[in-house]
Amino acid sequence: MVTKRFVLTFPERIVTKPITYRLVKDFDLQFNILKAEITAEIEGKILIEIKGEKLKLEQGIDFLLKEGITIQDASRDIIVDRQQCINCGMCPSLCPTQALTMDSKKHELIFDKYKCILCGFCENSCPVNAIRLKI
Amino acid sequence: MAKTIEEINEKIRNGTAVVLNAEEIIGYVGENGVKKAARDIDVVTTATFGPMCSSGAFFNFGHSDPPIRMTKVWLNDVPAYAGIAAVDAYLGATELSESLTNYGGAHVIQDLVEKKPVKLKAISYGTDCYPRREINTFINLESINQAYLFNPRNAYQNYAAAVNSSNKTIFTYMGKLMPNLGNITYSTSSQISPLLNDPYLRTIGIGTRIFLAGAEGYVAWQGTQHNPCRERLSNGTPNGAAGTIAVIGDLKKMNSRYLKAAVFYRYGVSLYVGIGIPIPVLDEEMIDFLKVRDEDILTHIFDYSVQRRNKPSYGTVNYKQLRSGSLILKGKKIPTGSLSSYQMALEIADILKEKIKCKKFFLTNMVAPLPADERQNVLNGLTENEL
Repeated sequence: MVTKRFVLTFPERIVTKPITYRLVKDFDLQFNILKAEITAEIEGKILIEIKGEKLKLEQGIDFLLKEGITIQDASRDIIVDRQQCINCGMCPSLCPTQALTMDSKKHELIFDKYKCILCGFCENSCPVNAIRLKI
Repeated sequence: MAKTIEEINEKIRNGTAVVLNAEEIIGYVGENGVKKAARDIDVVTTATFGPMCSSGAFFNFGHSDPPIRMTKVWLNDVPAYAGIAAVDAYLGATELSESLTNYGGAHVIQDLVEKKPVKLKAISYGTDCYPRREINTFINLESINQAYLFNPRNAYQNYAAAVNSSNKTIFTYMGKLMPNLGNITYSTSSQISPLLNDPYLRTIGIGTRIFLAGAEGYVAWQGTQHNPCRERLSNGTPNGAAGTIAVIGDLKKMNSRYLKAAVFYRYGVSLYVGIGIPIPVLDEEMIDFLKVRDEDILTHIFDYSVQRRNKPSYGTVNYKQLRSGSLILKGKKIPTGSLSSYQMALEIADILKEKIKCKKFFLTNMVAPLPADERQNVLNGLTENEL
């Protein structure tokens, strides 16, 4: 079993299609929707965690691509620029899942991308622009 | 057994001075007691690295040919104050660019320190002695005459913590505050902060030599809004914003690692300034001050959603609670965040410690103390007769 986290972007023409249902039915995949929104351009975006057998997961992703869905690996969508970061400790106070925390000994920022749900609360909070988020 | 600054400097010169940072002294006093610490330790280094809006730099650009008496000046499209002599100007850290968003005086200062070229534009009305009316050119830190940081208010002795009780996110100089008491922010290096380790400013006064953004700087004056009369705990620390210092130093010798432009979204531009101050261990009383810990320093949590001068307080908390990452307020666990970087402050305290140990930094006797009784006034809308 493998678990992966993706941002799926649904174009307007398929926003109303039952897609995630097919992931369960045809590919026996489990999923957990961490965030969902319809953007101003009437695109659907969901942050989804998908769990299943490696081969089935790959087939499921192929199916999503054929349906016209854009897939981004979610673990790469937050960038913490360590060169810029001054370890002030502002962003952890905005993080609801404690993906951003401070190391109490070294007083340094720790980012655990697997806890991040790309909520965007930390976006624009960094005084030295060391955190960028793209969904 | 009291020590003088001269005796401490002699020890630094001999290589026998014992220097600790303001975090190390806490453990040392805990193990050895105040008396022994006062005997053994000569200097304790303190530091802070936080956003300090009341900052800026003076420049003298040199004279062009034909010369100009600059009446308005822009550096990378950020206006600088030119209402002084012909080619002098002061650039404030929070001044905003007229062409770019998220760029201001602090960024120009950082760019200069990083040796980048900066666009200079100046205009004038032209005089008999200064006929030129406009100049557009480029400068860098090497090409101009003086460039010195002169910050009217830095190194605040304690500051408020901020929270937001409204139902919408607010963007403040204390950072992004989430609705319904969603987070608490604060800004101090607390137990290693300079003015909290010498709360009555026995050793920090006019002329005190300091570490300023990588260079040697000096305390020039009391900072604006210097308010030493703030209510204090028995350890001498105030429970809110109190003393401040104005500082000065040569921008040409600074390092942008310790002088960094900041943008507070939907608030504006500020400048992170790194300041380190060595505190001489003159006697046991100084050790009593220097042993201060995060749990011994309190601050009020103010509700920043109330857009008034006096904001309601949710009571006081100590910095051990604030630095732990969360605290309980109104029965709710609320995450806490700092604007000031403790990690960078500790780095500066250690650099200063090493400089002293390597005989590259000597302590100074102050020329004059900062006022101990100055009170803060407020601004009311008055007519001339009501004043």
